[in-house]
Amino acid sequence: RYLSLLAGFPMCQVDEDYHDELERAGAPSVSKQCVKCKEATAAVVIRVGDTFCRGCFKEYFIHKFRAMLGKNRIIFPGEKVLLAVSGGPSSCSMLSQVQEGLSQNAHKKLRFSPGIVFIDEGGAVGQSAEERRRTAAELEAVFKATGFPFHIVPLEKVLDLPSKVLMAAPSPSEQPAGAYKTAVGHFLQSSSSSSSCVTQQEEKESSLPDVQESSTPLLQRLMASVETLTAREDLLSTLRQHLLVHTARSEGYSKLMLGDSCTRLAVKLLSSISLGRGAQLAQDTGFSDSRFGDVTLVRPMRDYSAKEIAFYNRLFSVPSVSIPSLDTKAPEKASIQRLTESFVIKLQADFPSTVSTIYRSVPNLPELNRTFYNPRPCCSVCAYTSFNGVFWVRTCDEQAAVRYRAPETADVRTLLCYSCQLTIKDMVSQSPCTAAGSALLFPKSTQEEKRKHVLVQVCCPLFRELVEK
Amino acid sequence: MPVLCSSCVDKRAVLKRPKTGHSLCKECFFWAFEEEVHQTIVAAELFKRWEKVGIAASGGKDSTVLAHVMKLLNQRYDYGLELMLLSVDEGITGYRDDSLETVKRNQQQYELPLKIVSYEELYGWTMDAIVSQVGLKNNCTFCGVFRRQALDRGAIMLKVDKICTGHNADDVAETVLMNVLRGDIARLRRCTTISTASEGDGVVPRCKPLKYAYEKEIVLYAYFKKLDYFSTECIYSPNAYRGHARTLLKDLESVRPSSIMDVIHSGENLSVRDGVKMPVQGTCGRCGYISSQALCKACVLLEGLNRGLPRLGIGKHHRLHDKILSQQPLSEREERKLKSVDF
Ligand SMILES: [Zn+2]
Ligand SMILES: [Zn+2]
Ligand SMILES: [Zn+2]
Ligand SMILES: [Zn+2]
Ligand SMILES: [Zn+2]
Repeated sequence: RYLSLLAGFPMCQVDEDYHDELERAGAPSVSKQCVKCKEATAAVVIRVGDTFCRGCFKEYFIHKFRAMLGKNRIIFPGEKVLLAVSGGPSSCSMLSQVQEGLSQNAHKKLRFSPGIVFIDEGGAVGQSAEERRRTAAELEAVFKATGFPFHIVPLEKVLDLPSKVLMAAPSPSEQPAGAYKTAVGHFLQSSSSSSSCVTQQEEKESSLPDVQESSTPLLQRLMASVETLTAREDLLSTLRQHLLVHTARSEGYSKLMLGDSCTRLAVKLLSSISLGRGAQLAQDTGFSDSRFGDVTLVRPMRDYSAKEIAFYNRLFSVPSVSIPSLDTKAPEKASIQRLTESFVIKLQADFPSTVSTIYRSVPNLPELNRTFYNPRPCCSVCAYTSFNGVFWVRTCDEQAAVRYRAPETADVRTLLCYSCQLTIKDMVSQSPCTAAGSALLFPKSTQEEKRKHVLVQVCCPLFRELVEK
Repeated sequence: MPVLCSSCVDKRAVLKRPKTGHSLCKECFFWAFEEEVHQTIVAAELFKRWEKVGIAASGGKDSTVLAHVMKLLNQRYDYGLELMLLSVDEGITGYRDDSLETVKRNQQQYELPLKIVSYEELYGWTMDAIVSQVGLKNNCTFCGVFRRQALDRGAIMLKVDKICTGHNADDVAETVLMNVLRGDIARLRRCTTISTASEGDGVVPRCKPLKYAYEKEIVLYAYFKKLDYFSTECIYSPNAYRGHARTLLKDLESVRPSSIMDVIHSGENLSVRDGVKMPVQGTCGRCGYISSQALCKACVLLEGLNRGLPRLGIGKHHRLHDKILSQQPLSEREERKLKSVDF
């Protein structure tokens, strides 16, 4: 009877002892009591068996944020920290945690000096000027309420970024062991004279973004020159990151806080692997990322699930603003990023341990040495820095699949990482945006000639056209 | 107007290469496919001259193409290898008879010696008999574990230096994704290695010459070469992770065909922080095969089968290994737990 079913299995590959079953979503817990105080009625069910009352949930949520920062000891007292707020639930929740932590009645007060940055991507995702103004105004109201200095920066600004954004600048000091302690000492001394680091801040507000009329079409043409949504999303996230780092750098912030939740990071991990970015997983998903040298990226929300954040925001009225993205309303298979996202979300609905299991891999990745700004190869587009000094080169000719190591000599192709080579490959030839694209990716610098060369070799006809002019 | 082959610009293109999107004629496709396998073999230095190499042959498309290409490249590039086919007879009525017939025909077509090792002679159990005891739900545990050892034992009988298997790019990429879904970074890194050195006595080094060959191209190659293979699709029913990984990979490939290579590239270049612990390999106290436990998985499974306690090998019962080794009786509670099986 089971012969038909059996027909396949002798071909099975060895699964060794992989036979751990996925755990299905269980029936909702019937417990009505808070597991922590065992008194109050539960208001939140995070997982089966994890039910919290309102008060205990708040305490748990806040503690987790402090613990994450405390454990990693990467943000120094008095340091200027820029919070990247996209308007989404996670980054808005991060903003509220920082506010909470800096408030006078906070149990263990945070001791850094925050600012906010919002990148207005409306020009790249096709919002009208009116829509963009409305979004910015909405966010401005949220930001003003915090009393923190804030910067609303249109993505168009990336088009006139100086070339050095791509180059990792040296970090201010090597930060030897004990530096954290010393900084705490300095901070305690200085803060006894001034009242609080928040009131110290000047009322420095950026007004609504002033977009140059001409730069929006340029940005749109650049985005349109990318044939696939996969590459477009990849390019947009690179542009966003450059602009965030640039804003932090030019405004004197040494840390940039990103609001990635563990759900987000699980998706990112899977999509990075699918995009050939496996080598840079540690930088892309770890707690901190120091590839830019003087500005370190930090992800303090990485232990919260999207669900926890949604609960918190709703219970404690944390405002967030919904903003369209490139793949809003796009079908599931429109891009690799969209596909991996819907895959993880669907699997998570059936198997609640999905995100935490994928995410479990993240802490096992190595960290990049903090002081790495020496001449290690660094991708000209995404600033990924190779661990072992090796860049893989894809060839786009008949043998697209034969990959080989770049030779030891400074092969120009080593200026792009494997994954960015894929993105550039998806740019179309007959695009009028060459000027914008080249200015962006290949700014005027001593290496310009070399870079032009890269493009010819990486066979992006778009840029080849430009080079031949 | 017919599309011309983009490589020779002479003959008519008959296919679009799934890997590159290029339109090629039959001959140019064969050449590209074979050259890529050759490049893989050369770049990774998979073989040494005069080595005796066993090709794991199941009669399926992967191993049939592997046998064909290995034979061909061995001649074209004078590898100087002594090739032979190595097959495992799991003992499944109907299915296995047909696929073994295929292997036997392959043996004559390729004029290669063939060795068939059977579960029955190695373990005293055929897969049919195992299934009737453990049920369909858990058969994969058995076939995976037994198969691995059976190949090694067959290889030792034939005195081969290396086994090459028909794992293709899709298999490798799928395993990478599966290990991501399982949160297993240590295995993730290891599963992309193209060859494994001998891990101990009784284990023969293995390699995957088709590691970068797309499944779709293997099918096309077999089709246009009119290769004789037994068409069957494996259903990895008991492993939920592999099923999900497979679905995801197929979808990724449809969005961006290079995804399969990109996933493998990611796996290969993943840097794992030192100190990610891999299970320490020892040897089995009963048969001497490598094992991280006191008893190897095959011996535990066999013990379970022979004692009528099929659950012994399924799930984690490491604490019982010492008892089994010293032939102590199990308690009534232990016995009861190991008897029940879901069919
Ligand atoms: Zn409570
Ligand atoms: Zn890059
Ligand atoms: Zn041709
Ligand atoms: Zn199986
Ligand atoms: Zn054993």
